[in-house]
Amino acid sequence: MNYDRIKKKLEILADAAKYDVSCSSSGSNRKNKNKGLGDASGMGICHSYSEDGRCISLLKILLTNHCIYDCAYCVTRRTNDIKRAAFKVQEVVDLTINFYRRNYIEGLFLSSGIFKNADYTMERLIRVAKKLREEENFNGYIHLKSIPGASDELMREAGLYADRLSVNIEVPTVSGLKLLAPEKKHEDFTKPMEKVKNEIIQFKNEKKLLKSTPKYAPAGQSTQMIVGATGESDRDIMYSANYYYKQYQMKRVYYSGYVPVSTDPRLPSITSQVPMLRENRLYQTDWLLRFYGFDIRELLNNHHPNLDLDIDPKLSWALRNQHLFPININSADKTMLARVPGLGMRSVYKIIQARKYRNLNWEHLKAIGVALNRAKFFIICNSRLWERKDWTADQIKSQILKTSSGKFRKDYSTQLNLFDHAI
Amino acid sequence: MQSRILIYDGTFQGLLTCIFQIYEEKLTNFSIHPEGYNQTDFFANQELVVTDPEKSARVLKSFQNYTSKKAVHRIYRAFLSEIPGVELLIVEFFKHIFRHKCDLSDDFSQPAILKIAQIDRKVGREKHRMEAFIRFELLKDGIFFTKIAPDFNVLPLILKHFKNRYADQKWIIYDEKRQFGLFYDLKKVVHISLNFDENLKKDPNNLHNTEIIFQKLWKSYFNSANIKSRKNTKLHLQHVPKRYWKYLTEKTIIM
Repeated sequence: MNYDRIKKKLEILADAAKYDVSCSSSGSNRKNKNKGLGDASGMGICHSYSEDGRCISLLKILLTNHCIYDCAYCVTRRTNDIKRAAFKVQEVVDLTINFYRRNYIEGLFLSSGIFKNADYTMERLIRVAKKLREEENFNGYIHLKSIPGASDELMREAGLYADRLSVNIEVPTVSGLKLLAPEKKHEDFTKPMEKVKNEIIQFKNEKKLLKSTPKYAPAGQSTQMIVGATGESDRDIMYSANYYYKQYQMKRVYYSGYVPVSTDPRLPSITSQVPMLRENRLYQTDWLLRFYGFDIRELLNNHHPNLDLDIDPKLSWALRNQHLFPININSADKTMLARVPGLGMRSVYKIIQARKYRNLNWEHLKAIGVALNRAKFFIICNSRLWERKDWTADQIKSQILKTSSGKFRKDYSTQLNLFDHAI
Repeated sequence: MQSRILIYDGTFQGLLTCIFQIYEEKLTNFSIHPEGYNQTDFFANQELVVTDPEKSARVLKSFQNYTSKKAVHRIYRAFLSEIPGVELLIVEFFKHIFRHKCDLSDDFSQPAILKIAQIDRKVGREKHRMEAFIRFELLKDGIFFTKIAPDFNVLPLILKHFKNRYADQKWIIYDEKRQFGLFYDLKKVVHISLNFDENLKKDPNNLHNTEIIFQKLWKSYFNSANIKSRKNTKLHLQHVPKRYWKYLTEKTIIM
């Protein structure tokens, strides 16, 4: 193996792949078989974290960063003057196996720039996965990109080897896509999604009849949207995400704050900040939809098209719906408990378990780990002491902001800084 | 009444035998410690409890009758924490169950039960971290080797994970702190204790000739995956506390 050449390629093609945020290695049920290598049946594992605090779970690389497209937001776009490289199939296989054996990674995340055409590229990606599964008896996690425009036959084959498939729609709205990636059509993205969805449904039906039906993408599919590249509101983004969750039964939608990689006038300037706080709020909203039983229309609507930056979306919802509170911790049902600011699903579970045995008071809640600084305004429990009920939303909000600290607080604080102004 | 000090052999069965004895002799004033505990209370009565598989099985069985496998597992994991005093919490847990004769293992308003659940989570986190942060090095003789020094005794918990995953390679995970390790010989996992040569890992002569190449490639991958404009040192350190860096190939300087 030519170490220097591989190292150079790895640097270029890992660098180009890092804007894909998905690094999940969970959700599959692929077990080790025939005493082979690897097992992807457990929970996901983050083997390391880069200095930006993001998890490194998979070897995330492009097969090549040569691309025939010229999408404005993308670092590997045709007209961008960067170094180009391409891996051979065997090189990717060797890297994956050797990294995996040393417990560096959970598996491979393979994406690619599009060379020649969609099918040609997709076929190459499949060849890597096939080789890993069939020649190396590799049972670790494989995440393959569905190349926009790839044929149904190839998408069927890809799912036989991959645990997860994903197409990044990148721009949440059709109009945004026209502006930034005029060569691509919206249908190119949705066609492989549709095919994968149908194959998964078909697999599940056949599995009921025949237990040995070969696995098809057991960890489902996911997609990703760039946040802050075009002028979408949070409502546009989340309604679109909700559509993909419902329509294509996505396992995950990822939100990626736009990292400026271009001086294109259609995009935010190269010096602009990555909208990390906004990204964070979108993920919180995503969680509320998937785990807390919220409907997207409750969180974002015409009256409320953007998420608050200074408070989390659940608190913001609760302050808009004060007529539903306070609720009694000892009698409220699970769905309502999940809607109390400061209560996570873990606390909800503990409360439901513990209250079977006795009525809970503030001390109990504190011991369980409830964020009382937020929750206390919305609940009553087995105690005669509770917060005054006649506070307005603004009063509660300022109380909470006063008694808490947020990691992004400095980014939006409107308080005057004594020292800045004294000079 | 005089306080009794029960000394057991440090195994889970030993602790269960202690619990048997506590019930048998209706002890109220006692403490429990593993062997090697330094006695400071000279007025107390120290006695060695001999591990009895039959007694411990009886205790465990009646506990399991009232509760579930999950509760037993939670207690076992808390036990592996080796936190001083965890034995008394476990006794409290048992007592609470035996007193009420029903499954109260999720009654988190009981301090001992909540505490055990919290310790269980801590141990679970350490287990998960070992599954994540262990880095094998390929030795000349074809064995993938690593040394660890986890906060809690998690080797018994990670055995299955590594056995399922690396079924086609020989590997050794050695706990330096507790002086024992696991060796998988392609068929089964055996417990080993090595006559340790401190430099076994450091000496490049012991490594397979491709080992350093892959370490360097991994390190360069690690650096390329970082997005500089999103630098977030606080988050990075939160996920990878500095005490784990010694395990990580990507965080050490390679010769």
